Amino acid sequence: MARILELVLNGRRRVDAVPDNLLLLDYLREAVGLTGTKTGCDGGECGACTVLVDDRPRLSCLTLAATVAGRRVDSVESLGQDGRLSAVQRGFHEKLGSQCGYCTPGFIMASVGLLRRDPHPSDEDIRAALGSNICRCTGYVKIIEAVKYAAELNAAGVAP
Amino acid sequence: MNEIVPARSIGAYVPMVDGPDKVSGHAKYTADLIAPGLLAGRIFRSPYSHGEILEVDISEASRLPGVKAVVTGADCDKTFGVLPVARTEHPLARDKVRYRGEPVAAVAAVDDATAKRAVGLIRLNVRELPAAHTVGAALAPGAGLIHAHRPGNIERDVFFELGSVEQGFAQADLVREDRYNCAEVCQNQMEMHAALAQYDAERDRMTVHASTQVPYYVHLTLAQILDMDMSRIRVIKPHVGGGFGCRTEALNVELIAALLARKAHGSVRLMINREETFITHRGRPETDIRLKLGMRKDGRITAVECECYQRGGAHSGYGIVTILYSGSMLYAIYDLHNVRYIGKRVLTNTPPCGAFRGHGTVDVRFAFESLLDDMAHKLGLDPLDVRRANYLTAPTFTDNDLMVNSYGLPQCVDWVEAASGWRTRKHKLAKGKGLGFACSHYISGASKPVNWTGEPHATVKIKLDFDGSIVVLSGAADIGQGSSTLLVQTVGEVLGLDLSRIRVVTGDSEVVPKDNGSYSSRVTFMVGNAAIDAAQNLKRILVAAAARKLEAKPEEIECLGELYRAGVQDKGVTFNEVVSEALRDGTITVTGNYSTIPESHGGKKYRGAAIGGTMGYSYSAQVVEVSVDEETGVVDVDKVWVAHDCGKALNRLTVEGQVQGSVWMGMGQAMSEETAYHDGLLITGNMLDYRVPTIQDSPPIEVGIVESNDPHGPFGAKEAGEGSLAAFLPALTNAIADAIGVRFNNLPVTPDRVFAALEKRRRTGDANGNKARA
Repeated sequence: MARILELVLNGRRRVDAVPDNLLLLDYLREAVGLTGTKTGCDGGECGACTVLVDDRPRLSCLTLAATVAGRRVDSVESLGQDGRLSAVQRGFHEKLGSQCGYCTPGFIMASVGLLRRDPHPSDEDIRAALGSNICRCTGYVKIIEAVKYAAELNAAGVAP
Repeated sequence: MNEIVPARSIGAYVPMVDGPDKVSGHAKYTADLIAPGLLAGRIFRSPYSHGEILEVDISEASRLPGVKAVVTGADCDKTFGVLPVARTEHPLARDKVRYRGEPVAAVAAVDDATAKRAVGLIRLNVRELPAAHTVGAALAPGAGLIHAHRPGNIERDVFFELGSVEQGFAQADLVREDRYNCAEVCQNQMEMHAALAQYDAERDRMTVHASTQVPYYVHLTLAQILDMDMSRIRVIKPHVGGGFGCRTEALNVELIAALLARKAHGSVRLMINREETFITHRGRPETDIRLKLGMRKDGRITAVECECYQRGGAHSGYGIVTILYSGSMLYAIYDLHNVRYIGKRVLTNTPPCGAFRGHGTVDVRFAFESLLDDMAHKLGLDPLDVRRANYLTAPTFTDNDLMVNSYGLPQCVDWVEAASGWRTRKHKLAKGKGLGFACSHYISGASKPVNWTGEPHATVKIKLDFDGSIVVLSGAADIGQGSSTLLVQTVGEVLGLDLSRIRVVTGDSEVVPKDNGSYSSRVTFMVGNAAIDAAQNLKRILVAAAARKLEAKPEEIECLGELYRAGVQDKGVTFNEVVSEALRDGTITVTGNYSTIPESHGGKKYRGAAIGGTMGYSYSAQVVEVSVDEETGVVDVDKVWVAHDCGKALNRLTVEGQVQGSVWMGMGQAMSEETAYHDGLLITGNMLDYRVPTIQDSPPIEVGIVESNDPHGPFGAKEAGEGSLAAFLPALTNAIADAIGVRFNNLPVTPDRVFAALEKRRRTGDANGNKARA
């Protein structure tokens, strides 16, 4: 069975017909073509597919597309202004919070969710907010630096 | 004009040139290459550990509407394998299945749901054979052969003795022997394996996009497997989500995708899931080690005897090289004589192992550094001073003919000693806390590649045309380690140009020169040197053009990057003017090459002695601080201090990132990661049961960069991406021994193992944390 899904995706209203069993992850990647959101595991293990639903981090691999009807969904492609990187994106780029880049969109969206609800997180807040995202390259050290730097940029007026 | 200076980036903190693509989500990985009309691929895998194939029945699957192709072993009688001496693996099993999960058949269908249904309709009939899931079972008398051509299920037997071990032990004041076991671990890189194969039936051409570290080896292997001329094949490496060694050989994934695409006369996207990625494996084998060391009272090592068994899995892969590294790399870190090594690479009915980061060196280094620590303790010596008593003096050749030109280990040891407060804090920490120390090393690329052709080890091309942008073409595979950034930096440094003028093109066999790939930490050293050579060749052309323009001699021309002039009084000509002059002969392309020197090729004292030969060894020293909760067995790593001798940090940002990542990956192996099987069935095929440290478990890692300036390295550089992994493992167990007086010889050191060991000590007083299984 399919149903009509109406949502605000990356700031734009969309209407699509989606099968009942379609995951939000596959809707974004395969139906819409937003491949920034990554598949990293067989369900709920790694956080690579993290997106924001009404500003709250959500694993799109454990979310049915149909359940976000009427919601605001933001993927990594929504970030930045005037074609420039957002604060969190700059943090991950300039501080090397991203090496191979595959887990990066998930980490970035979880970090954006954090900074939207808490613009001045402590190290412990950052660890807690990113505790369900796995990175295999960095050892997380520079990810923490990236988020702290992003918080500074955000305080200086750059959107997360 | 005089204030114009050449742009410099070597030694700076340089964010990666492809970073904006990754953080914006625009970087395309293989699975992201979605296009209308792609067929979906799926693999049918063996549910048996070992069996003779009687029938693979695909009749029902083939009849299912929407199925475009089904392939089995019958479609390909060719074998593959990264080592020319061990090409014994079929992309799809023929005659026999040898491990649970081995690909047997594959389907291409109009969509994934149809492909999944079709896979469910495939029937496999086998005559089951006794399976050997462990080294012990595989070596037992009368065990069935996994490969008919490998008697005793031994893939490779290695033996050497250099010097006299008996005499060495006789000179020792203390001789100790112990056993160690390291569980099998898997790279578990974030991107699951994927391939997109596009077959052009009209022109009989194949294009394969693959998540690989070695597009050139994939190209060679596709030609063998498809029996196609190499000129009809194109291999593209999109962004790759990590590798850590599991992608340093062609995998069955890309080969099966190509077989499907050719049979379907179409384009097939084959994405395997996390469990299948674990099964594809190529991780570090379970290793059993018996190590015996002789030591004088002053800490000097007098003799080494090391026996090493590796559970290699059902196919060779890199196995022969792995077991050779485990022996050869006993050397080149300390001044050793009187060494005997016995290595056995064993075939078993488990997924094939491969070349995990720190290839072949890690588990043996764990044993070696553990026993050194233990013996230092017994002799009342500081563990750091024991290392100091055994330093090499570079330049030198080791007893197994490994060339060591630069040796920053002493500086690494001094750095971590100071940074960690070793002298003031050791033995003065609170109850349950401890400090541990260890060292490790690694090669900067194998001096003789596995596919020895006699061509240069690396080739880089540069194109310069009317637009004045420098385009660097390289086959080096950026898998997140930053090789594209390195190329831009090295070329920019030679030409004195800002990085914004330089673009890099990689990863497409149609365009870029061949490169052996990103493995054994070869890229910085070899591709870096080739890039310098190419840039110097370009600079000569530009200097000659500037000389013509300025009516001066080339040797009088000073290159300042954006300005070329003949002496400080000359107002000079701009880079763009020089380019216009140089283009009188048309578009400029230059080539740079690099080849290792014969002295670095290792020796001939035993069969396989070339393995271990490299142009430069990196060195690492680490101090790990732990807190052990004696009630629960939980070990927390509070802090790591690591110093890494990378010769010269071309990019301090990426060097730090690589060293931190290595240390952390060592932490995963030491503390929580283990692939486990039940009757050959993988039972840890996800990231919850295969326990990867989270950000909550992970410590601050402070990096000290030691620059020993290798005489052959590009700007003095050596590798930075692997050498710091191994030292973490023994530094951790040495720290635990310091904290609670219990020594753990089996990895991973999980809380339940710590708890059990503490219970045992409470009951029996035995302070041996755990003994090896063998």
